[in-house]
Amino acid sequence: MNDTATRLDYMFYPGCSMESSAKAYYDSLLAIKDDLGLNLKEINDWNCCGATEYVGISLTPAYALITRNLALAAEQANGTKSVVAPCSACYLNLAKADHYMQERPVLGTRVNQALAAGNLHYDPGTLEIRHLLDVIINDVGLDRVKEKVVRPLKGLRIAPYLGCMVPRPDYDGRWSDPEHPNELDRLLKVLGAEVIDYPLKTHCCGGHMTQISPSTAFELIRRLISSADQYNADLMVTLCPMCQMNLDAYQNETNRHFHTDYHMPIVFFTQVMGLAFGKDPKSLGFGMELVDARPALSRIGVELPPEEGAEKPKRRRTKKTGLPMPVMPEDETEEVNE
Amino acid sequence: MTTQPVSPLDTNPNLRFLEEVSAATAGVARLEMCIQCGTCGGSCPSSADMDHTPRMLFAMIRAGMREAALRSNTPWMCVSCYHCVVRCPQDVHITDVMYTLKGMAISAQLYRDSTAPDFSRTFVDMVEDYGRSYEFGLATRHYLKHYPLRLPGMVPMGLGLLTKKRMDIQPHKIEGIDQLQAILNRAKELEAAQ
Repeated sequence: MNDTATRLDYMFYPGCSMESSAKAYYDSLLAIKDDLGLNLKEINDWNCCGATEYVGISLTPAYALITRNLALAAEQANGTKSVVAPCSACYLNLAKADHYMQERPVLGTRVNQALAAGNLHYDPGTLEIRHLLDVIINDVGLDRVKEKVVRPLKGLRIAPYLGCMVPRPDYDGRWSDPEHPNELDRLLKVLGAEVIDYPLKTHCCGGHMTQISPSTAFELIRRLISSADQYNADLMVTLCPMCQMNLDAYQNETNRHFHTDYHMPIVFFTQVMGLAFGKDPKSLGFGMELVDARPALSRIGVELPPEEGAEKPKRRRTKKTGLPMPVMPEDETEEVNE
Repeated sequence: MTTQPVSPLDTNPNLRFLEEVSAATAGVARLEMCIQCGTCGGSCPSSADMDHTPRMLFAMIRAGMREAALRSNTPWMCVSCYHCVVRCPQDVHITDVMYTLKGMAISAQLYRDSTAPDFSRTFVDMVEDYGRSYEFGLATRHYLKHYPLRLPGMVPMGLGLLTKKRMDIQPHKIEGIDQLQAILNRAKELEAAQ
């Protein structure tokens, strides 16, 4: 493993979500990266990876869009060989472009013909495409993570949730298993958390189905949250902006759809790492989640100030008795008979 | 009656449909390797909402049922979870084939419900204009057109995202947008010339 003094250099591809819906992921990563010795050099003027949308419209433009980022990264790399992406969809798209341009050279040729219109070129295989969690587990190492833990997350029951596109299809064999990988579990254990082994940790969050077939998405969201809830998780921890968005922002709509009442907070793994490293919760983006994580955090003694304009706590029913129920009207029948 | 192999000289384009799909797929699709085991459909979290299981869809492609295959909602219901891909004993690139079929259905105007194609198109329009995704513009345009009745229920969530600074009202444009557009235009010409 690496010496603790080593600085690890990477080209960094944040992806669009990190600057908007997943800002908590970005903030918390920035807060812990020095402790981990990560030197992340952002690819200058990167563009969107096209998510799962562009590939469904047109092949060559979709792969040219992705590969512009790799071409820029290779130009700016300055000796670095790895590109790190924290978002699952970005990570897979970048990895896919690099992989398929080699698997099918005709694609590589066409993509480079397109890139030539912008005076760019990318030789597939030049860069390694890595996900942030992979880098933390395999390059930083759990020993170094353990050294930095000053506030173990003792007593916090966490459901690790990886989603799909990081462990699958896994072109370079970086993960322990495509369906039941243990990397996130191991990391959370090192942070002192109680890690829940539940069966759905790499099942789908619904992806873009929240936008095109809501009932399909709500069912997938319900499965995940109810499973974590059955195992008494305090919160779910994820590594994907899309998963966080679907489970957090659409939890309310899912509850309405199924007449359920789940309040399962969904946060990023970098946020709980920051907590364990003793960082200020506010600097880690806590409070940006729509399903409030404060009740879960207060279990381990982490208190966040209440937010202005935040959702008011639900009014408790003051009466101890139940709702008025119809009673067998013994007296009334007598009255009627009279 | 015996089954005759398709002659390479046969001009019926439907008989070449499988080759056409394979050629339009990113990697080596391996679609012809499908052994019809059904592992894909059994692994699929959204198969209940599909017109055809992936297995059946691949049989249809092989049978040259071009129009029926492109009208199927199956590719549009694929959630890109890759469960089928890692379980497929023949290593068929199922998810990528689904992307290919979506693109072909759009070109041939054969999809039945425009919600999903419109969403992809709107997303891509924003990316082509700015170089970055633009969630606020995408959400408003998409919901107004396809889910106007869902909008009132979405207001608390939208406001939550805005007040928590998780959604920008303004789009972000990259510096090299001209370069990106030149690349994409060349890519579209190459795609059209296929």
